[in-house]
Amino acid sequence: MAVKRKRDQLILHTALTAGRIMIENGSEIERVEDTMTRIAVNAGAKTSQLFVMITGILMSLDGDVGAQIQPIKRRTFDLEKISVVNDLSRQFAEKKITLAAFANRLDHLDATSKYFPFWLQLLASALVSGPLEVVFRHNLPDFWITCVVGMLGWSVFYVISKYVPIRFMAEFASAVTIGVLAVWSQHFGLGNSVDDIIIGSVMPLVPGVPITNSVRDILAGNLVSGPARGIEALVSAAAIGFGIAMVLQFL
Amino acid sequence: MSILELGIEVAGTYVATIAFGILLNIPRRALNLGGWVGVIGFLLYRGIVLVGGGYVVGNLLGAVWIGLASLQVARWKHMPMILFNIPALVPLVPGGQAYQMIKYFALGQNSTAFTYLLQVVMISGSIAFGFLLSEMVNRLRQRGLRRHR
Repeated sequence: MAVKRKRDQLILHTALTAGRIMIENGSEIERVEDTMTRIAVNAGAKTSQLFVMITGILMSLDGDVGAQIQPIKRRTFDLEKISVVNDLSRQFAEKKITLAAFANRLDHLDATSKYFPFWLQLLASALVSGPLEVVFRHNLPDFWITCVVGMLGWSVFYVISKYVPIRFMAEFASAVTIGVLAVWSQHFGLGNSVDDIIIGSVMPLVPGVPITNSVRDILAGNLVSGPARGIEALVSAAAIGFGIAMVLQFL
Repeated sequence: MSILELGIEVAGTYVATIAFGILLNIPRRALNLGGWVGVIGFLLYRGIVLVGGGYVVGNLLGAVWIGLASLQVARWKHMPMILFNIPALVPLVPGGQAYQMIKYFALGQNSTAFTYLLQVVMISGSIAFGFLLSEMVNRLRQRGLRRHR
């Protein structure tokens, strides 16, 4: 009895940790439910009840272990972790790793996860801005300055979202930075069109993950989490818009 | 539009899609395929606009195509689908129109701004609806596959 109890405890812990990591890093709700149910079934639990929301998960198994709650406090976008949890769950289903090893890997995922190096992220933000400016506006001479402005704007976003714990502040501040830099670059003769530079430079800030997940969640019937994500996307888009509008008003 | 311009657009879309993937920390082995999914969706959109199908239809079919292609790639590579469709969607975002809307609102020219607002709503609505359609097709196909097994 005690053995079963311990095992159920471990199943709950593993499934809840997997679910928390996936939601924290921008997975859609249906995938989380699917993965958690699979973990429970593959670990030998007969039935499991789940309640997954964007701010917390509730899960219970049949037996004498009570239901457990896992709150979700922060949300970032790190699709690599979702992919790692997916791979681990697949390996567990094929019985390549044990439940204990699975739980251990999940517990250490937050500490061991690797981001792309900072210089590569900077380069990537430049390479989102410049090429999209050319694709949207066909303005080749402004390619270089758009790369530079987009990179600086994104690095402001990165630094602020790392050190200031207020949501949507980073989007606003980096939009203001982009606007000011674009106006200055035209003033000093580095660029031809303020409009084109700004359009390209704000592209790295586009809230792509919440928009996509919002549509998918609503369609899957998660009528609480889907619109919540939609609001998140809308507010960050509005923060960017207000930042740009403020600059255009004053300069 | 010349071949050279089209080539520049395709190269730009590919680079931008991959770079957006890097910002979202997508696993390395998904980057290249994600870029190609983005290029295919963008080409469909661009082709429809060039033929005269209009922005709304172009964005709609582009989004449908991205949804279908990314599910196919996700199945093939055994990876989550959102790794491919989120970066691929970025070249379709109505960034230009959204910026013009904000600019004219800030300058106080509300009637021009409303024209652009309408365009932004139409385009983003058509992208969302395109996603919805592709998702429906995907679900129907999954159900069909399950029944056959």
